[in-house]
Amino acid sequence: MKMCITAKGDTPDAQVEERFGRAPFFLFHDSEQDTYTAETNAFADAAGGVGPRSAQVLIDHGATVLVTGQLGGNARRAIEGAGIEVYQATAGSTVREAVAAYRENQLNRIL
Amino acid sequence: MKIVVASGKGGTGKSTFSANFAWSISRSRDVVLVDCDVEEPNLHLFFPGDTSESEVTVLNPAFDMERCDLCGKCGDFCRYGAIAVLPKQILFFKDLCHACGGCRIICPNEAISETERVIGKVWDAPVDEHLRLISGVLNEGEPNGIPVIKAAKEAAEGNDLVIYDSSPGTACPVIETIEGSDYVVLVTESTPFGLHDLRLAAEVVRKLGIPAGVVINRSDGEDDETEAFCRKAGLPIQMKIPFDREIARLQSRGDLFSVAMPEWQDEFVNLLDDICTRTGGAQ
Repeated sequence: MKMCITAKGDTPDAQVEERFGRAPFFLFHDSEQDTYTAETNAFADAAGGVGPRSAQVLIDHGATVLVTGQLGGNARRAIEGAGIEVYQATAGSTVREAVAAYRENQLNRIL
Repeated sequence: MKIVVASGKGGTGKSTFSANFAWSISRSRDVVLVDCDVEEPNLHLFFPGDTSESEVTVLNPAFDMERCDLCGKCGDFCRYGAIAVLPKQILFFKDLCHACGGCRIICPNEAISETERVIGKVWDAPVDEHLRLISGVLNEGEPNGIPVIKAAKEAAEGNDLVIYDSSPGTACPVIETIEGSDYVVLVTESTPFGLHDLRLAAEVVRKLGIPAGVVINRSDGEDDETEAFCRKAGLPIQMKIPFDREIARLQSRGDLFSVAMPEWQDEFVNLLDDICTRTGGAQ
């Protein structure tokens, strides 16, 4: 299973970013191999339409779970349409901690 | 001659100036006044009367899912994020679409056609024999007024003398209004806020390469800083409208002060002459 965590940095020890579409990085965690791949969000500073375009990145990566802080309306529609489950990360936690919390069913599902 | 009235700061008196300027000069020639402040047009309040209305539409994509194979090329192409290609469906975000038509061209399966969507209207009102008011009106909830501004400008094409009242600010709607004009009148007021935003507006006009002058509205006579800025920026101060109780009283009732105070009609005609001299063209 592939999971995307929005992050302030490009390593698993970076903090989770609360914003989805404008997150600086997307970290993809592969649960079978327990590996992390970082991708710079090309739309972090774009003028608009970042929600749907960021959602497209997740779809292209085949992610089925998203851990982030909050979703805007357009992003929500795209993520929901793609059938991706969304969980809210605990404020201030790292990407690694968020993944552990997800595994232990400690995160709130928001979509 | 196409003259735009802009300001930077909101509430400096652009519409008051535009209405009085257009009405005064139309006593001796034909004038079209265009309200390009499409999010909150209000010039019609000065000129009540009969109005004809036409719709403004944009072209949005429509997807034929029989032909679409979800290749994703349209979503990749759209820089506004208006199309999300999901594993089993396409989502279209109308508020993000800029109606460029690129998705229809890029689609390899001819699965995209275009459909019209109404986003606003243009009001056309003959005020009197020599003055005509055209107003762009953006529908509530629509985020992009540019097509409505374009339509209002288009409705005024073919006339010799057109005054365009812009929205405040320095963003896309203002630039769209200014583009293609011969002269810009920047209306400011004698406050630090008026001057701050005048600087921004003057910079936009300079970058667009269009000659401009300044009108100081509600002048309290202490305009040293504004005057110093204008000198440095090479902007002539072409008129001062004083902070005057009688003007305020007339304005607050929705009246044109130049009707009740006819000496202003000559002032506005002189201003037009000055603009024509500066642009080196006939009216």
